[in-house]
Amino acid sequence: MEQIQEIEKRLWEYIDGICTMAEKALISRLLSEDPVWQNKYSELTSMHELLQKEDLDMPSLRFTKKVMEEIIQYQVAPATRNYINKNVIRGITFFFLALILGLFVYFIGQMNWTSQSSGNLFEGIHSEAVKINWNIILNNYYVIIFIGINVILGLILTDKFIQGKKNMNLKNYWSKGDSA
Amino acid sequence: MNTTGQPDTEIIKRILQGEQNAFSLLLERYQNYVFTLILRFTENREDAEEIAQDVFVKAYRSMADFRGDSKFSTWLYTITRTTCISFLRKKKLDTISLDNENNSLQLENRESSFSADGIEQKSRHQILNRAISMLSPDDSQVLTLFYKGDQTLEEIGQIMRQAPNTIKVKLHRARQRLKEKMEKYFAHEVREIYTDKRESKEFIQ
Repeated sequence: MEQIQEIEKRLWEYIDGICTMAEKALISRLLSEDPVWQNKYSELTSMHELLQKEDLDMPSLRFTKKVMEEIIQYQVAPATRNYINKNVIRGITFFFLALILGLFVYFIGQMNWTSQSSGNLFEGIHSEAVKINWNIILNNYYVIIFIGINVILGLILTDKFIQGKKNMNLKNYWSKGDSA
Repeated sequence: MNTTGQPDTEIIKRILQGEQNAFSLLLERYQNYVFTLILRFTENREDAEEIAQDVFVKAYRSMADFRGDSKFSTWLYTITRTTCISFLRKKKLDTISLDNENNSLQLENRESSFSADGIEQKSRHQILNRAISMLSPDDSQVLTLFYKGDQTLEEIGQIMRQAPNTIKVKLHRARQRLKEKMEKYFAHEVREIYTDKRESKEFIQ
């Protein structure tokens, strides 16, 4: 049974023309000599031909008209690549990565590496994390710089977005002027 | 598929320039392929027509997103597949409780109506279509895309979001299952097909 399945598998690859040249030559030889291979090949090619000649189903005669009537109500939407600004996505990615990295560095800095361990791996992290002093965090020089960078980044992206909208409005205005 | 007439890319260019009527050319070229593919998911012709309409409207609206990296048909079949999946998901939510009871009953009825071979002489294509309808949507879809949709293994992989090697295995299994179904439910007709083939081969020799 398994052998038959293996023969079928190899024959399908031969019929589809996706086997290697060496395999092709080998199967051609087997087909000229072995009756088992010849019978299987005949079965599979008849199935293959039947599938190739298979009729397609057709929708109702009114189908084309119905679709054309529906699309009259619509217009082709502008390509997504035109209105999705990759810089905005990159900016958001950068913001979150910086946030994760900042928090990670902060917690690493807060850990007491010399404290005696009781064998619990997370004990140090847990006890230090509970004792977070938010006043220190918010007054921290580096954190202020980090927030500052993000605010500037946000302002740049907002400016770019508004500038883009303004340019598009101007473009529409001039194109309307030209057609008039 | 696109053997005659204007190439797809030319028609798309015309549509993007605002010639809305040019869409009817693409519609006529692909409606049967899309409709057949949808019928592999849902056997109800009314549902299939509704989904097909939805597919073409979506394709028209997002035409500007077609970048020409792949064949238009590959892009269109990807829309077809996602639309079918979301339609079935929505439908499944409505009928989830009925599904399990009905599925086994439907399959039983279908199988018993086909096993009475010899009562009426069915055409080979009818038999093939019936056997395909007994396969899972994934199997029948792979077969339709490969044989009727003019898609390569790579392109089918793109549509079904799977690696070409996985598609190769799926295609092999789908053909195997189809062969099994045909031999089980249409044994008489299948024997005839095989005999015809052998006789014509001997005649040529």
